Amino acid sequence: MHRKMWAVAVTAVAALALAACGGGTSSSSAAGGKDFSKVASLADAGGMDGLVAAAKAEGQLNVITLPDKWANYGNIMKAFSDKYGIKINSANPDGSSQDEINAVKQLKGQDRAPDVLDLGQSFAIGAAKDGILAPYKVATWDNVPADAKDADGRWLSDYGGFISIGYDPAKVPNPPTSFKDLLKPEYKNMVAINGNPTQAGAAFAAVYAAALANGGSFDNIAPGVDFFKQLKQAGNFIPVTGSPATVQSGQTPILIWWDYLQASSVQSQVPTWKIVIPSDAAYAAYYSQAINATAPHPAAARLWQEYLYSVDGQNGWLNGSARPIQLDTLVKAGTVDKAALAKLPQAPAGEVKYPTDDQQNAAKAIVSQQWAAATG
Amino acid sequence: MVAVTTPVELAVTPVRRRRRTSWGRWIILLLAAAYFLVPLYAAAEFAVSGPDGIGALTGIAGKSGFVEAFTLSLTLALVTTVITLALMVPTAIWVHLRLPRVQRLFEGITILGIVIPPVVLIVGVLQVAPATLKGTPYLLALEYAILAMPFAYRSLDAGLRAIPLTTLVEASRSLGAGWVVTIGRVLLPNLRSALLSATVLTVALVLGEYTMASLDQFETFPVWVVVYQQDDAHVSVAVSLLSLVATWVLLMLISMIDTRRLRRGKTS
Amino acid sequence: MPDIATPGKRAGFRVGPLAGLLPFAIYTTIFLFVPAAAIVVGAFTDPESGSFTFNNLGTAFSGIYAQGFVTSIQLSVISAVVPGVLGLVIAYAVQMSGSSGLRRIVSTAAGVFANFGGVPLAFLFIAALGSSGLVVDWLKLIGFDPYEHGFSLYTFTGIAVVYLYFQIPLMVLVITPALEGLRPAWREAADNLGASAWQYWRMVGGPVLLPSFLGSLLLLFGGAFSAYATTQALTSGSLAITPIQIGGFLNGNVLSGQENVGKALGLGMILVIAAVMVVYAILQRRASKWLQ
Repeated sequence: MHRKMWAVAVTAVAALALAACGGGTSSSSAAGGKDFSKVASLADAGGMDGLVAAAKAEGQLNVITLPDKWANYGNIMKAFSDKYGIKINSANPDGSSQDEINAVKQLKGQDRAPDVLDLGQSFAIGAAKDGILAPYKVATWDNVPADAKDADGRWLSDYGGFISIGYDPAKVPNPPTSFKDLLKPEYKNMVAINGNPTQAGAAFAAVYAAALANGGSFDNIAPGVDFFKQLKQAGNFIPVTGSPATVQSGQTPILIWWDYLQASSVQSQVPTWKIVIPSDAAYAAYYSQAINATAPHPAAARLWQEYLYSVDGQNGWLNGSARPIQLDTLVKAGTVDKAALAKLPQAPAGEVKYPTDDQQNAAKAIVSQQWAAATG
Repeated sequence: MVAVTTPVELAVTPVRRRRRTSWGRWIILLLAAAYFLVPLYAAAEFAVSGPDGIGALTGIAGKSGFVEAFTLSLTLALVTTVITLALMVPTAIWVHLRLPRVQRLFEGITILGIVIPPVVLIVGVLQVAPATLKGTPYLLALEYAILAMPFAYRSLDAGLRAIPLTTLVEASRSLGAGWVVTIGRVLLPNLRSALLSATVLTVALVLGEYTMASLDQFETFPVWVVVYQQDDAHVSVAVSLLSLVATWVLLMLISMIDTRRLRRGKTS
Repeated sequence: MPDIATPGKRAGFRVGPLAGLLPFAIYTTIFLFVPAAAIVVGAFTDPESGSFTFNNLGTAFSGIYAQGFVTSIQLSVISAVVPGVLGLVIAYAVQMSGSSGLRRIVSTAAGVFANFGGVPLAFLFIAALGSSGLVVDWLKLIGFDPYEHGFSLYTFTGIAVVYLYFQIPLMVLVITPALEGLRPAWREAADNLGASAWQYWRMVGGPVLLPSFLGSLLLLFGGAFSAYATTQALTSGSLAITPIQIGGFLNGNVLSGQENVGKALGLGMILVIAAVMVVYAILQRRASKWLQ
């Protein structure tokens, strides 16, 4: 009796194993003789036509950690697929920048490895150092500011936004307009950030922004940690990871997050959600786009980049309320999507500065040491 | 006088004690049910309070990717269970029979499987696995067996302690049975509850494991659930609840197969 | 006679019995020890120069990371003992009810809940016990707001309450086979001999169950010690526990020179479990003496 069951089970396993042996490790080779993993510019690719033909021959693109509602990626991916007939495989949408790098390293040589990456800037810098990114300069390379791209073309900024305070007017009749406001007693048990600042970029940015609002600077993040300590002591801060879900459930009526994510992920679920960039802190950051040096679909990867840095791609991000890196160029050329531009939260006046990699690393060290003690 | 009343007292007391225990038993079960069901109710209430209403719960099975993800998880669950039991049952019996001194060390090794963060396990394995294996989801099943080991061992250990193992084995062997027959026909029927418990734990583990599957980039059921959490929170909560129900139904089916085998086999 | 075919089983030949462990040994070496070795080696390696160093361990056992270990151990002990006892009581109640239907429902539900965690579980409890949760609303109706009295879901206590949700079912599941080993005939015999419930448990039930009970507690400790996603969702790092800190290193938010501290923390976790195993082994030995 039992032996029969075992026999059946073993046969089933063997059958499944044989059936699955199909899914394999073939590395797709491009049509024709050109090795697209070495192509570094559109000219090398044989112009747009050459690139499109090769990409179509590959037929697929693997992307990673791109949630549909993040900066309008859902629509951007659909538009790309429709335009070129290339299927996009989207893996691990909830993943982090580190997950992307791990996937590139671990799935090297596999068909499932990611082709293109959208990383936090410090991760892009690190990945370039590790040699896992392919140099490629898109056709509109010169429109990207020099400090927002890698000199060798291994990564470039794509879109970004400001840290903002989002709130539900139904639950928060007296809206906050600055970090200082958040300390008011009427916001008891209401304020959250999106995750753990020792791990998540958006949460870390919230602490950095709080530092700027409280007399700190890029070199001094301690006032930011201190601010959250005060917020916790006042009873206003909820340590839960704020997200569209917690907003919908009414748990976090005030959320500190990137403005474009508040617009695309939260406002889409709670149409009355309001977003304001705090008057006492203008902290912005841009993500970076890069191509995997060992991408299984190198031509499709490069075509994707060309698309993203074309007017359509940049406006795509703008429609997700993110600020594309070439926004100024588009505005000057008149090709910007004016309706989408009007919906952006009012940017603070003056030039926006960004912390250097070293400043960020030093700040991270302080946050890792002090966060739990301050808010625990 | 005393001689007459004492036997009556003895007969009465056990009955009285059992009835008192019965009340306590039901109160305990009720409190436990409340603790587990109230949060589920709170979540369900939230799930149907969205614009979709009940549609949030019923429309899920139709969503794209659900069937593939669930099938993949079921397959992995089957493979993992087979590997785990095939590995642990003979080994556990062996340890109990011949190597009792090694038991604690053995348990410690199995516990390591859940103490080492799954992220580390999958990264380590991906570095050494041959490319053909890496391309299939079965690499996951092999690591899941490591995660399932402590739970399987704990169940098997409890079951093995409850039976007169040495006696059974010696009796069977002295009657001329080989090891396969001894294990298959003498020991396993007596370990039914432990085997079932181990199977339930393994299957539930595979159907709930997210970290390794997502790092290995395979869309198993828990990974699919998280992907679907992209949308509306009401839908995402509904999907989580659905995954609970689906897993539970599956486990009920598994446990019922076993009972039917019992009734047909009558081997205990 | 059958023993001739398997010479290893002849009495006195020590290597033989160990050979029976070979499949297990091979399997765990490939899938468990190799990744574990990567941690151990990495813990002692300086990330910049590749040379041997104690620096990673030094960082891992000081400051906020030391606090992380302490909090993790405290949380794990509470999340082992409390659910251990409660799980035993519930499992026993189910056993005694005699209904096989109830037993099946409970064992399968336990299997489901034992593996339920992370963000969905966090959300369940936010919906029930968050500051605007269902249960809190009910309590407010009768005039008691737990949040005014210092309770918060997002603290150590709150997390411990949430951990019960998967620890109790796990306990029920692993202790049930042991409970089934307690023959009802023993209880009847004890009753007939005039033993009270306390005496039964002290002389018969307890000693029989104790080894399995301790083993289950160890399992619960291990599970609680490595649990990570639920706490992360509920506390966003404001409760320092080791798995979350390791997660931080694995998520790449690393400061230069400290890339291997995460591995040192992993090694620390292994050492803690090893220490707990030693305590466990001592307790088991005492328990088996009691059994005799």
